[in-house]
Amino acid sequence: MIFNVKGASTYCYTGGKAFDPAKPTAIFIHGVLNDHSVWILQTRYLAHHGWNVLAVDLPGHCRSGGEPPATVEAAADFVLALMDAAGLQQAALIGHSFGSLVALEAAARAPQRVSQLVLVGVAFPMRVSTALLEASVSAPLKALEMVNVFSRSTLAPPPSALGPGTWVYGASMALGRRVLASNQQVNVFYTGFKACDSYQNGLQAMTRVTCPVLFVLGKLDQMTPPKAARELIKLAGDAQVVYLPGGHQQMNETPEEMLAALSGFLTRQEVLSGGDDR
Amino acid sequence: MPGYSNPGFDTLALHAGAAPDPATGARALPIYLTTSFVFESSDHAQSLFNLERAGHVYSRISNPTNAVLEQRISALEGGIGAIAVASGQAALHLSIATLMGAGSHIVASTALYGGSQNLLHYTLRRFGIDTTFVKPGDIDGWRAAVRPDTKLFFGETVGNPGLDVLDIPTVSAIAHEAGVPLLIDSTLTTPWLMKPFDFGADLVYHSATKFLSGHGTVIGGLVVDGGSFDWEAAGRFPELCQPYDGFHNMVFSEESSVGAFLLRARREGLRDFGACMSPHSAWLILQGMETLPLRMARHMSNTGRVVEFLASQPFVARVGHPMLPSHPGHALAAKLLPRGAGSVFSFDLKGTRAQGKAFVEALKLFSHLANVGDCRSLVIHPASTTHFRMSDTALAAGGITQGTIRLSIGLEDPDDLIDDLKRALKAAEKSA
Repeated sequence: MIFNVKGASTYCYTGGKAFDPAKPTAIFIHGVLNDHSVWILQTRYLAHHGWNVLAVDLPGHCRSGGEPPATVEAAADFVLALMDAAGLQQAALIGHSFGSLVALEAAARAPQRVSQLVLVGVAFPMRVSTALLEASVSAPLKALEMVNVFSRSTLAPPPSALGPGTWVYGASMALGRRVLASNQQVNVFYTGFKACDSYQNGLQAMTRVTCPVLFVLGKLDQMTPPKAARELIKLAGDAQVVYLPGGHQQMNETPEEMLAALSGFLTRQEVLSGGDDR
Repeated sequence: MPGYSNPGFDTLALHAGAAPDPATGARALPIYLTTSFVFESSDHAQSLFNLERAGHVYSRISNPTNAVLEQRISALEGGIGAIAVASGQAALHLSIATLMGAGSHIVASTALYGGSQNLLHYTLRRFGIDTTFVKPGDIDGWRAAVRPDTKLFFGETVGNPGLDVLDIPTVSAIAHEAGVPLLIDSTLTTPWLMKPFDFGADLVYHSATKFLSGHGTVIGGLVVDGGSFDWEAAGRFPELCQPYDGFHNMVFSEESSVGAFLLRARREGLRDFGACMSPHSAWLILQGMETLPLRMARHMSNTGRVVEFLASQPFVARVGHPMLPSHPGHALAAKLLPRGAGSVFSFDLKGTRAQGKAFVEALKLFSHLANVGDCRSLVIHPASTTHFRMSDTALAAGGITQGTIRLSIGLEDPDDLIDDLKRALKAAEKSA
């Protein structure tokens, strides 16, 4: 589905169902060098279980036009503008990695417009090493490999986005290459990582959030280790924390546990088996 | 297994896709010999059928043992995922049938396995899919063969019967200029010798019957997607980029930006054509793949010894292996296949059909049969077997002489292989 957001064509995947403003809406925000497709196993399920889903390609990524957001704040403004374009007064925001910071900042900027906030693989601060930042420009494919090796937690992932037989590491590498190639004007790898590294407002933002918050963290996550979310968790008022038995590829390495946590939280039911609360 | 470096080929050959069984602790991979898998609830069932959740439903579509094999070949090839099927021929058919229907066109190398040639030249024409054949080294020919209805370029890493080395970087560039993907049959080289995705191929398939399983015990095929081809940008693949009413109006390229091919191949191809692999076959192939690096190294060192020996024999007119400077693909093989161009090759005796037969019959270690890629050394004499109906003139047109012998070099002691060949050469020479 295409929306016009601030004059730019913006693609949102709707989970195989037509967008229906009468249903509650969940907006999914991807991380650096990702697009909507990293959320397939969560969005398609929710779309067929009473939710409206909008899994966006951020500006300047794959199917969406516009300038890639250079800061978390700019990306948050974009998400709120997307809600305007879709005619949404309120929505649940679900973000992964960079996208989790974007969701957090958007929830802080317009608390009344966010019904639930889900932060997947979040950390604050989300520092990116100088070496990795430099490599994202000078040797982006090598840096992409580094990121994916750090993100991986297993050589034997379960059935995933392409069904059984998906090699999650390879799929993530291929998606990263595709997203990078999709913008010939701006290096969205560097831009995204720089935005993560530069974001200062995480703790203040969390104090302004008024909706229920779910943290979904990978026990084996080397990109955003669970301990890097501690300060945010302390500040979140109405928060639930679920630790998944995987790394930074929560949606694709632990898709069932991720769905159970998300579905349980969004529907305010007891979290299904798979994740464990600490 | 979180880590700070990417596991190497040998590690992936053992571990990719498999972990100790969480239910029993079994270290070796269990064989899940079951047709079907119990649903947790009606909602779970519906979600699996609608691709809302990933999991197993029915073993024609997927199976846990097969999924390990699919992940392992994907890891070794550098792909995003794979599909295990009943044979190499089923892999080729699944690739083609997923991408096109009647009214489509393929550009293929002339240097193909005979079964592939049959499928393209005879059978698929009956279903409205036309193929133009181009000599693998005829670069202008590949470009000139493209038509508005072209959907695929297809070749082998090293082609039958002369081990023509396909210039994959150049041919893939031409394919991509035309907006079509390049499919590579990588059976004879395996990812240990070459990873075609590194050179621009988009899809790779194997007859896993050969070197991947390596022991001559099982028939199977694998299709691997590199995730590199942009189906939407190409504008030629409504099968992947338009709503498919045969599967919930799914637009496969929206569901997965990089995996649309695999989604349709499994959800339509395995569902409807049904050429699935038995989990027992998958297990046997995996057993072989665990030792692929060790076996391939030995295949290549043995091949080096045998090629060297044959090239020195006065009764041998020609040895067709790219390791020899006389082979037209020598330089290209050095670039694309630095570990070697495989252990299946042919050579020509200076003799008649009868002498070719005498040679084969005199061999003791080499097994006379129609297969390649076994751990045991194999031999066949095309003029008296696979091509026996052809006249000498027709044979010559196909690059085969009366005395052409095809060998598949196995893992025996190389001195014993050379002794066997030496004896057979003498027998053939005397039989004149």
